[in-house]
Amino acid sequence: MVPPSASNQAEQPAIISLEGVTKRFPGVIANDSVNLEIRPGEVHVLLGENGAGKSTLIGMLSGLQQPDAGRILIDGKPTPILSPRHALSLGIGTVFQHAMLVPGLTVAENLLLGEPWWRLPKKEALREKVTALADSLGVRIDLDAVASQLSLGEQQFVEILRALLRDSRVLILDESTSMLTPSGVEELGALMRRLVERGLAIVFITHKLREAAAFGDRISVLKLGRKVSEISPERFRSVGEDELIGEIVEAMFGKQHDDPDAANRSPNIFPVETPAILSVDNLTLAPSATTPGLAGISFELRPGELLGIAGIDGNGQKQLAEVLSGQEKASGGRILLENRPIERLSVGERRDLGLRYLTDDRLGEGTVGTFAVSVNFLLKQIDHPPFWKKGIEQSGLIERHAVQLMSEYDVRAPGSQTPVGRLSGGNIQKVLLARELAGGAKVVIFNKPTYGLDLANTLAIRQRILDIAAEGKGVLLISTDLEELLGICDRIAVMDAGKLTGIVDNSPTARTDVGRLMIGLAA
Amino acid sequence: MSSETGSATHGQMPLKKPGSAIAHRLVLTIGPILIALILGGLILLALGVDPIKYYGYVIQRGLLSPTGIQQTLTRMAPLLFLAAGLIVAFRAGVWNLGADGQFLLAAVIAAASAPYLADFMPSWLAVIIAFVLSTAVAVIWSLVPALLRAYQGVNEIITTLMMTFLGVSLANVLVKLVFLDPSTTVPQTRTLPVADRLPRLFDTTISSGLIFGLIAIVAVHLMMTRTAFGLKLRIVGANTRAAIHSGLSVPHLTVAVFALSAGLCGMAGAIDILGVQGNVRADWNPAYGLTVIPMVFLARFNGFASIAFVLLLSVLSIGGESAARRLGVPTVFTLLLVAIVLIVLAIAEYIDHRHNQAAKA
Amino acid sequence: MSDLFSDVFLGALFFGAVTAAIPLLLAGLGEQMSEKAGVLNIGIEGMMIAGAYAGFLGAYYSESLWLGFATGAFGGIVVASIMVLLCVRFGLNQIVIGIGLTLGFEGLTALLHHFQFSRTYPRLPAADVTVVPYLSDIPILGPALFKHHLVVYLAVLLVFVLAFVYRRMQLGLNLQAAGDKPAALDVAGVDVVRTRAFAVFTTGALAGLGGAYLANIGAGIFVPFITNGAGFLGIVLAMLARGRPFWVLCGALLFGVCLSLTTALQVAGINIPTDVIQMIPFLAVMAMLIMFGRKSSLPAALGIPYERGAR
Repeated sequence: MVPPSASNQAEQPAIISLEGVTKRFPGVIANDSVNLEIRPGEVHVLLGENGAGKSTLIGMLSGLQQPDAGRILIDGKPTPILSPRHALSLGIGTVFQHAMLVPGLTVAENLLLGEPWWRLPKKEALREKVTALADSLGVRIDLDAVASQLSLGEQQFVEILRALLRDSRVLILDESTSMLTPSGVEELGALMRRLVERGLAIVFITHKLREAAAFGDRISVLKLGRKVSEISPERFRSVGEDELIGEIVEAMFGKQHDDPDAANRSPNIFPVETPAILSVDNLTLAPSATTPGLAGISFELRPGELLGIAGIDGNGQKQLAEVLSGQEKASGGRILLENRPIERLSVGERRDLGLRYLTDDRLGEGTVGTFAVSVNFLLKQIDHPPFWKKGIEQSGLIERHAVQLMSEYDVRAPGSQTPVGRLSGGNIQKVLLARELAGGAKVVIFNKPTYGLDLANTLAIRQRILDIAAEGKGVLLISTDLEELLGICDRIAVMDAGKLTGIVDNSPTARTDVGRLMIGLAA
Repeated sequence: MSSETGSATHGQMPLKKPGSAIAHRLVLTIGPILIALILGGLILLALGVDPIKYYGYVIQRGLLSPTGIQQTLTRMAPLLFLAAGLIVAFRAGVWNLGADGQFLLAAVIAAASAPYLADFMPSWLAVIIAFVLSTAVAVIWSLVPALLRAYQGVNEIITTLMMTFLGVSLANVLVKLVFLDPSTTVPQTRTLPVADRLPRLFDTTISSGLIFGLIAIVAVHLMMTRTAFGLKLRIVGANTRAAIHSGLSVPHLTVAVFALSAGLCGMAGAIDILGVQGNVRADWNPAYGLTVIPMVFLARFNGFASIAFVLLLSVLSIGGESAARRLGVPTVFTLLLVAIVLIVLAIAEYIDHRHNQAAKA
Repeated sequence: MSDLFSDVFLGALFFGAVTAAIPLLLAGLGEQMSEKAGVLNIGIEGMMIAGAYAGFLGAYYSESLWLGFATGAFGGIVVASIMVLLCVRFGLNQIVIGIGLTLGFEGLTALLHHFQFSRTYPRLPAADVTVVPYLSDIPILGPALFKHHLVVYLAVLLVFVLAFVYRRMQLGLNLQAAGDKPAALDVAGVDVVRTRAFAVFTTGALAGLGGAYLANIGAGIFVPFITNGAGFLGIVLAMLARGRPFWVLCGALLFGVCLSLTTALQVAGINIPTDVIQMIPFLAVMAMLIMFGRKSSLPAALGIPYERGAR
C-alpha cells in the first residue's frame, strides 16, 4: 500500500505539541522527556512495544493522567489537560483500547452521555446528525442496538462517531486494530484516510509495523518511555514499504535486528500414522450470551507437534482451552489423551495425567495476586503430597519448591513470599510456565502466552515453547498474533464463530491461506 | 462481589522487615483505638460527663475488679465463637451478615432442648446434645442463602440480612408459642438449672465456655492459615476465577463456608445459653453479631488478634453496663465507640496506603 | 370473628399499611439510587435513624411537621456526607464504612436522646391530614388511602419522578453509567465522583425523610433504635426491585400490609404474636428468590470505588 499524500501542501501548525513530557510511576519512568507534534491532516503513528509508554502518553492527552514534568501546548499555548472532560472541550477525542461504552445502554444513549445532567436526551437531533455523519463516511450504525451486543469493530466505530459528534480536531486511536479482523483493519485504515482528508489530526497507536507503514503519514517510535525516532512524511513518501519497515525495526530494536516475528523455525510435517497424543473429536459447547460456544471441533495433535490456533479474539478459542482443561463442561464430543478418554475427568485429574493449560488471563484467573509466589506455584496442587500432609501445609517444602522453580525459570522477585501481583507481567508468566510445566506435562495449551510482554520476555517464552515441543510434548498454541503462529508452528488451525474452519500446514502459502480462512473463505 | 481479604480497606500491606512490619501494624491498630477513645471522650465532655472518670470506671469495673473481670471473660465466650464464624466467612469472600439470626435460633434451640433433655439423662450429656442440636439448626438455617449463592449467584448480603430478620422473628415465635415455659407468667423458655449448665472455671464465676471459645478461634485461625482446606477457602475469597481455573469446586466450598460460619455463630448462641443465660426470654436479642464485625476487621481477620479485640469489646461492654447504672451514660456509648474505632481504622489504613504509594513513587 | 373483615378492620389495615410502607418506600428508593450509581449503601440504616432523630427534634422544637421533615432530610444528608467523603471520594470499603455508620448513629442518637430527654418520651401532636376530594369518599379504601399527610402523596409521586429520571433524563443515563461502567462515564466528560456523590446525598435525604416520617407520623415519638432495620429492609427492596422504582413501591406496600396486619389483628381481638406476621413478607421474598432466583442483575461496578486511570 502506498502512503497517501494528504499533506502535500506546506505543513500546517501543530494542534498539540508535547515538550519534554515526563511521567513517572512507582519504579518506572513511563515517559521520559517526550517531544511530539500532532498536526491536522496527518495520521501520526505512535509505534512501540507494550511497555514503551504509549498508553501513558494517551492517558495524558486524554486527561486521565497528568505529566510530572514538561508541558503540553494546544494551538501554541501551554495548556494542562486537567480531565477527560477538559480534553473533550479542547477537541481531543479518544478511542480507548478497551471499549468505553456502557454495556447496558443503547448506542444512542452512549453517544448522549456527557450532556448536562438536567437535559432530556435529544434523540431525534442525534439521529439526524449521526445519519448524516455515517452516510458521509459510508458506514451504517443502528442507534437502538444495545452496546453489549455490538461487535468490537462496531463498538470502536461508535466511539469514533462520538469523538466526531463532539467536533474533535484530534482523534486518538489506541491499539484500535488489535481486536479487528484483517478486513476490519482495512476498513478502519480507509476510514482514517477519509478523516484526515477532512483536516482531522489522528494519533494512531499500534505495535504492528505493517499497519504503521500502511496507514501513517508520520511515525514516532517509542522505546522504554523515550521517543527514539521520528519518520517524517517526506521520508515516508520517498522510500518503499519494506525499507521503511527495516528502518522502524532498527529504531525499535536497536542495531540491525531481524524482524522479531520473522520465521525462526522450519515446520515439521508429522506423518498421519504417528499416534496422536491428544485427539479431539466433535467437541461441542452450547453458546452463552457472551461467548460463541464450540461447534464440532475435531483435530489431532502428535507428540512434538506445535499446532497453532489462529483467529480473532472471542471466536471460541478460550472456550476450547477451557473445555480441554476441564474448566468448562463440554456438551458433547470426546477428548482422548494418549487414547484415554478424559472428557469426564476434573481439572485436577486431567492435570495429573499431563494435560496443562496456561491461561491468557494471568492475574484474573491464573494467579491470586495477593498471595505469595510460593503458594501460586502450587495453586493447582493444593492438598497434594508432599506439600500437604493430611491436609496440613508443609511450609518448608513449599518454600524449597518455590526457590527451586524461581531459579530454574528465572523468576525475578524480591523473594518467594512476595505477592505475585507485584511482579512484572513477564515474571508472572514465568510463574505460570513453571507451574504448568512442572512434573509430567504431556500436552500443554498456551493461550496468548506472549500477549503484553516485552520483546526479551516474548522471545524467551517462544523459545520455551519450542523447547517443550522438541522434548516430544504436544503443544497447542492459541494466539491472535498471526506472525507468532507463522513463526513457530507446524500447523495452523483457524477458529471462527466457534468452528475450526480449517487446518493448514505452515508452508510458505500459509499466510494467505490463514488470512482467507479468517475472513470466511476456503483456503 | 468478591472481597479483598487481609485488611479492611486495601488488600496489600507494605513489605518491610518483620520487626518493623509488626511495629507498623501495632501503630496502625492502637492509633485508631486511641483516637476513637479521644473522640468518644470529647462526646462525653460535650454531654457533661467527665471522660477520665468514665473510662477509669469502665476499666475498673470491666477489667480490674474481680467480679468485673470474671464477667468480662465470661462474656468473651460467645463473642469469640462469633468472631471465629465471621473470620471463616469474610476470608472466603462471603459476607455473612446473618450472624445474629443464626445466633438467636441456636440459642432458642439450646434453651428449649437442654432442660428437656436434662430431665431424663445426665446433665453433661444433655448439654452436649443440646449444643450439637442447636449448631445443626444454625447450619441448616444458613443453607438457603448458601445454596442460593453457590448455585444461583444470588448476593448473600441481601439473603443473610433477610434471614436475620426472619430468624429473629422465628426465634420469638418459638419462644412465645412453642417452647413457652408454662410455669412462669413472663414469656420465656424453661430454664436450665445453674447446676446443669457448663461448669465454671475453678473457683470463679467464669464460664468454661471461654475455653471453648478460645479453642474455636485458634482452631479456625490455624485452619485458615495452615491447612489445604483453609487455603482453598482463601483462594475462593481472593479470586473466584482463579479458584475455578485451579479446579476447585467453588459451589461446594461456598456451601462449606456458610455451614462452618453459621455453625460457629450457632455455637456462640448455644454457649451463651448453656453457660450463662440458662433460658431465652421473649424478644431477647443481644445483637452481638453486628458489634463483633468491627472487631474482626480491626484484627484483619487474624484469629489471635481477634482474641485481644474481643477482650476489649467485652471490657467496654461490661464496664459500660456498670457505668450506665453508676454514671448515667447509657450502654449504647459502647456501640458508638466501636463504630468510631472502625471508621477511624478505615481512614488510617487509607492514609497509610496513600503514604506508601507516595513513598514508592 | 365476624368482624374480621369488617369495614373498620379493613380500613385500619390499609391505613396502617400505607403509614408503615412510606418509610420503607423512601429508604428503598434512596438505596436504589445509590446502587444504580454503583455504591452499596449499608449505612442507610444510620441515615434513617439520624433522620428520625433530627426530624423529631425539628418537629418537637418548631412545632412544625414540615420543618421536622426538613431537619430529618438534613440529618440523613449529614450521615451521607461522611459516606460520600470516605467511600466515594476516598474509595474506602463500602461495607465496612456502612456498618460503622449504622452502628455509630444508632449509638449516637440513643445517647443524645438519653441526655436530652432522659427516660421521657415526649409525644408529637397528631399530624394534619390532607384529604383528597372525591377519592376519599370511596368506601373503605377512600379514607384508608386518601386521608394522609401530604408527604405521603409526595412520596408516591416521587416514584413517578424517579422512574422518569431513570428512563428519560440525562441524569438517569449518568447514574446507570456510573454503576455499570464508570470509566466510560468519565471519558464521556462526566465526573464519576460527583455523580455518585449526588446519588449518595439523595439517598441520605430520602432515608432521612423516611426516618422523620417514621418518628413524627408513624410513631409520634422518638425512641432509640426506632428504625429497627427499616433501612436494611430498604436494601432488600432495592436489590429485589433491580432499578425499577415501581417495584420498590409494590414491595414497600407488601411489607406495609404485613406490618399493619399485626396491629389490625390485635385491634380485632385476635392475638397472634406480631412476629408471625412480620415473617410473612420475608418468607414471600425468600420463596420468590428460591423459585426464580436467577443471577441478580446488579450493576457491574457495585461496591467498587472508582479511581481514574487505574487499570
